[in-house]
Amino acid sequence: MRAYRGRALLLALPLKSLIQRFAFALLVGAAITIMILSRAEPRLVDNLRGTVSDAATPILEFFSHPAASFASLVEEVDAALDVHKENARLEEQNAQLRKWQSIAAQISRENEELRRMLHVVPDPESSFITARVISDSGGPFVRTVLINAGAQDNVRKGQAVITSEGLTGRVVSTGRHSARILLLTDLNSRIPVVVESSRERAVLAGNNTPNPRLEFLAVDARVVVGSRIVTSGQGGIFPPGLPVGIVSSVGEERALVQPYVNWDRLEYITVLDYILPGFLPETKRAGRIGELK
Amino acid sequence: MRVATWVERTDLQLRGLTPFAFTLLMVLASALPWHLPSFAPVTPAFTAMAIYYWSIYRPDKLPYAATFCLAMLLDLLTGTPLGLSALVYLLVQVILNSQRTFFHGKPFLVVWWGFSLVMPGIALVSWIIASLYFNTLVPPMPFVIQAVLTILLYPLFAVLLSALHRHMMRGI
Repeated sequence: MRAYRGRALLLALPLKSLIQRFAFALLVGAAITIMILSRAEPRLVDNLRGTVSDAATPILEFFSHPAASFASLVEEVDAALDVHKENARLEEQNAQLRKWQSIAAQISRENEELRRMLHVVPDPESSFITARVISDSGGPFVRTVLINAGAQDNVRKGQAVITSEGLTGRVVSTGRHSARILLLTDLNSRIPVVVESSRERAVLAGNNTPNPRLEFLAVDARVVVGSRIVTSGQGGIFPPGLPVGIVSSVGEERALVQPYVNWDRLEYITVLDYILPGFLPETKRAGRIGELK
Repeated sequence: MRVATWVERTDLQLRGLTPFAFTLLMVLASALPWHLPSFAPVTPAFTAMAIYYWSIYRPDKLPYAATFCLAMLLDLLTGTPLGLSALVYLLVQVILNSQRTFFHGKPFLVVWWGFSLVMPGIALVSWIIASLYFNTLVPPMPFVIQAVLTILLYPLFAVLLSALHRHMMRGI
């Protein structure tokens, strides 16, 4: 009996390793094929990503709460350490903001008056939905996040994504209950922007670093460190005038931008549905999450 | 010899899934938003640690097909070019499969040293593939930082993994 089993093992072991080698070659081939296919036919992969992120949404949502509370614990300890200094800073800032508030109110009244006098065509309205960030691309390849709102909530590919601080990115793919946001720092992000003071147009190109570049800037463009960059609204996807960031450095060949968004505290984001007036009926517009359609 | 009851058999089978389940948890950990300052681009390669450990000690419980599926899930969830992690981790596994007996019975420092050789390899190959895929030079710094962070974190995970290994895989 024992001798028989020994002989069977003698046969089985090389066979097993042969099968393993075959499986390995097959899987490596599959990985390479899928990679090439995803490059050539991104739509196929987008759909798959949508389906998988939909399936993973409940799990990621569940786990993202402890992750967030861990982060807030770190933050709270940090805050408790210099609460006095922070208070003084906030009081000072509050006083300054009050001053600005009265100036802003005055200017906006005046602006309204002038628009009425000139019969300016009103800017299209934009509605919005707010969603939670449930996944962050952990790794050095891409800068994307996953949110817990998707096609069912009227999130569509191409829409602009903002936080209270400024432009964050745009929607690149959607599932039913989830959507992937390409952050403006990603290698593949290109956003039409304008230098607010001089009205010079440029394209903000991400490069996987915290500071995206200004591209296609006119040779004689007057850009200085500290210039505010806002969206230009060209292309019609992004509303014009969304704050993007400030120019952080100007070199011989390139200008870098420091986005306003705090990437470390990206917890809730807002997806803008920017519609040209009269384009879509009210019922087709984006609603708030949870609103029944 | 006593015949094992179905409860015992199911118990054995479920506990045999530990390597897969743990690696799956590590995939999810990579995709979670940690909200830590500048952490996202350099999030340690949790999956790499799990695959390294199980490839050395229990390759039978983490076959190539399992690695492939887990790595595909990682790519789908994090938005990495689809297939990249699968390719890299399969290569890691095939190399470890030929070298793994070398690590058996060796002190932890030797195993850690092995990981400190594998991780830069993972970073370099990933960087090359990503640069080819995007057809541009992807900034290499996050890859370097990620590799260093992962190597430094490995001992912590090794403690966790060997505890799991001892308790969950007893008699398997």
